[in-house]
Amino acid sequence: MEKKRKIKVLVCKPGLDGHDRGAKVIARALRDAGMEVIYTGLHQTPDDIVNTIIQEDPDAILLSILSGAHNALCPAIMEKLKAKKINDVLVSVGGIIPEEDKKFLKELGLDGFYGPGTELKTIVEFVKNNLKR
Amino acid sequence: MTELKNKESEIIKQGKNDWETKSSKKSETRERFKNLSDIEIERLYTPNNVENLNYLNDLGFPGEYPYTRGAYPTMYRGQLWTMRQFAGFGTAEQTNNRYKFLIEHGQTGLSVAFSLHTIYGYEASDEKSLGEVGKEGVAIDTLKDMETLFDGIDLSKISTSMTINAPAAILLAMYIVVGEKQGYSPEKLRGTIQNDILKEYIAQKSWIFPPEPSMRLIIDSIEYCTKNVPQWYTISISGYHIREAGSTAVQELAFTLADGFAYVEAAIERGLNVDDFAHRLSFFFNAHNNFFEEICKYRAARRIWAKRMKNKYGAKKTESLRLRFHTQTAGVSLTAQEPENNMVRVTLQGLAAVLGGTQSLHTNSFDEALCLPTEKAVRIALRTQQIIAHESGVTDTVDPLAGSYYVEWLTNKMEEEAEIYFEKIKEFGGVIPAIKANFFQKEIANASYKFQREIEKKERIFVCVNKYKPKIHEQTEILKIDDKVASEQLENLKRVKIERNNEKVREALKKLKEAARGTENLMPFIIDAVREYASIGEIIAILKDVFGIYREDSIF
Repeated sequence: MEKKRKIKVLVCKPGLDGHDRGAKVIARALRDAGMEVIYTGLHQTPDDIVNTIIQEDPDAILLSILSGAHNALCPAIMEKLKAKKINDVLVSVGGIIPEEDKKFLKELGLDGFYGPGTELKTIVEFVKNNLKR
Repeated sequence: MTELKNKESEIIKQGKNDWETKSSKKSETRERFKNLSDIEIERLYTPNNVENLNYLNDLGFPGEYPYTRGAYPTMYRGQLWTMRQFAGFGTAEQTNNRYKFLIEHGQTGLSVAFSLHTIYGYEASDEKSLGEVGKEGVAIDTLKDMETLFDGIDLSKISTSMTINAPAAILLAMYIVVGEKQGYSPEKLRGTIQNDILKEYIAQKSWIFPPEPSMRLIIDSIEYCTKNVPQWYTISISGYHIREAGSTAVQELAFTLADGFAYVEAAIERGLNVDDFAHRLSFFFNAHNNFFEEICKYRAARRIWAKRMKNKYGAKKTESLRLRFHTQTAGVSLTAQEPENNMVRVTLQGLAAVLGGTQSLHTNSFDEALCLPTEKAVRIALRTQQIIAHESGVTDTVDPLAGSYYVEWLTNKMEEEAEIYFEKIKEFGGVIPAIKANFFQKEIANASYKFQREIEKKERIFVCVNKYKPKIHEQTEILKIDDKVASEQLENLKRVKIERNNEKVREALKKLKEAARGTENLMPFIIDAVREYASIGEIIAILKDVFGIYREDSIF
């Protein structure tokens, strides 16, 4: 059966970081590119995020973190996804991610790492080209 | 006189038309020239653009109504602005060291950045605090941390600005008690708490309680300070975060002043006399890239505020009409690409703030698109201010740009556009109903998306981002916050909880809860609780029980 469903993306703001300008702009760009976009809103704990993923079954998850908490929040999210055996979803993190943290995050299975100055079309293309299902 | 003026105006109009036809529009590089508020800018401004400007009514003299030309008569000839670099990271001890470093290098005021867990009123041990402790600001849980933060810094000699909103009353209470322990009564203390919750719902999003109880806490602190901490600026009504979230300059101006008027109305409703509290309200604006637009924004802000305070709220004292403000250069304008160029951006932005008559200034460090600033970066940022102050000569005369046809036209235009927004907000029934209808949030989301689209279409040029893109990315040295900070902070908190008198803490929290259920001013109860080393998390939890929590609609 041919798959006609729109790409479904979950844009998330984990942790206490309130910088949501980038997340919202990206959410809108993905929607304008024809994807179905859900934005979680702010202050999501790893549990909140995993619950939303189970409910919504997105193809891609874009985490936006600018507070420096990525090294604590990303492993927590990835562990919980693993525990739920969710492994066919693209998980990406962007915001302010220092170069030296990218290797660690990549090993956890995260990708993307887009930071300030990234063009929206780069992110749209990234989502389209890296889906796991 | 009028006839003569009309004739002159006619001649200029004719002359400008002739001049414009001589040089065709086609020879310009762009179809339209627009500033960041989408206001179209003409090729040339003449006296005709400001023909209705009345010097005495619209500009006046510095330090006099309507304050367009400046808050004070001598401005920087009398006193330079306060150089106040926002700083805070890691533990209280680490930040205390940074403060001492800044003071040694000539900084004249402190500005505290708090950890996100402190800002949201969670204890460092809460699961919500995971990964955040000490990352974006200094970790404070109890009075003990505040004692360490100001250790060796004489609170009677320095003024302190604290960027804290939902728990502002608690941090103010802690500052008062630290002052007490240094031997100073509250009337000796000088500083500000940001305390502006409306812009949190609008833009920065560090809310805790719903708007109504939040407003109560703010008016409680205003009322308390009016009576007991007379040198304190009770609130810093902030456009900075509105702008960072993506608003235009006009939106920043209009939304911030609208918030200001909402606080004035709430305080009057509490029964305070406008002239008793208005002079302790202060403002905080952004300094973004469009140089003249920013300058005109500050000038328009002073004029709008003075007019309304006088005509609408019946303020009589000069000090009540005078808008004073702090400025921070625009964090969002900094690039991660070739970050050293940010020093130049910051210089221009800082200069705009000074030409707009700021009372204090934070210049961003060039590495802030990458991390919290390193010591070197923050030193350069401070030196940038010192160079503007001492070498550029712009401080020699007050409001040097006044009388420029362009500057006066744009100042008027910004005021007109802000007035249109005031009308819209009024139609919602005020700021809080407009927040609940997501009005501001949508306006800002639309503006930021439009801005981003313009960048991508190269309608706006952002050096090294969409033009002159660097081929190689050089590594910049960055500041890393040690993950040990969180565990250290957990230890600190644990120790305090063992050492304090827990019976007294329970008692103080119980009294606070009872008072919160009623209508009494909560400040004295909060002071009693912090003095017993109740944590911010404990106090906020008590207040959440009574006030409830705010939930935002996740629009984009």
